[in-house]
Amino acid sequence: MSNQNSQSPHIILRVVSKILIPLIALFALYVHFHGDYGPGGGFQAGVIFASAIILYALIFGLEEAKRAVPPSWVRICMSLGVLVYGGTGVATWILGGEFLNFTSFAPDSTHAAGQHWGILAVELGVLFAVTGAMVAIFYAFGSREPDLKDEDW
Amino acid sequence: MNGDLLHILQFVISAVLMAGGIFFVIAGAVGVLRLPDFYTRMHAAGMTDTLGAEMILLGLIVQAGLSQTSLKLALIAFLLFLTSPTATHAVIGAAHHAGLKPKLGKYRALAPGEEPLAKSKAKAQAKSKVKSARKSRAKKRVK
Repeated sequence: MSNQNSQSPHIILRVVSKILIPLIALFALYVHFHGDYGPGGGFQAGVIFASAIILYALIFGLEEAKRAVPPSWVRICMSLGVLVYGGTGVATWILGGEFLNFTSFAPDSTHAAGQHWGILAVELGVLFAVTGAMVAIFYAFGSREPDLKDEDW
Repeated sequence: MNGDLLHILQFVISAVLMAGGIFFVIAGAVGVLRLPDFYTRMHAAGMTDTLGAEMILLGLIVQAGLSQTSLKLALIAFLLFLTSPTATHAVIGAAHHAGLKPKLGKYRALAPGEEPLAKSKAKAQAKSKVKSARKSRAKKRVK
């Protein structure tokens, strides 16, 4: 397989996406952490992160992508997202506030630090859940038997 | 005094760059509308995406000066510089792979190993072709 790769007609796509995939993943994290101050947030970051994985699958093949990001991880990622979101709410309970009342993370802060930490944690949960869901949907559709084989056209 | 000159220079450079970018974008749009087939249209569209957008972004960078905004614009320019030629390449490659034939005129590249025709011979051939074409047209008229 590795011998074929060097002579593949998709050499340009492979090289460019090798450069771009880490940048796309980094940009997803930027969108996530910048969500406090500008446009962005967990959902968008999750979609961008998933698009990096989907680009990998489109260029290098679904089997390679499933070796890099196994479907079991994807399922864990999805449920971990919901757990982080709900867990943030439970943590605020334990700290003595209402469900998802982020002020109880830093009640003495004068610049609402609790809100910042809380929204970042909640959005991190959204990021995990959305990334997992997007990649899972892609794997589910991509794993179907194609109607038209690549060699047929 | 010196600062004023720099500001004017900054304005002029960014205006020239953006005007160039606009020229390429318009040329690309005209090309997409007027060119005859898919490949030539993609050629025009690829020009718009890379050269036009790059020059407009460069003009904006010069306009923004040395700041966070210009850094972000430079990153956008870098990503666009990588992705848009690649996208054009991928679309054209897919069309070629799917068997779409380009529209060809009467001139073509030599096949590997083929000798270019001698000039006089080529001229004679062209003349005879014209003659035969005239004859056939005349025949059609008669019919």
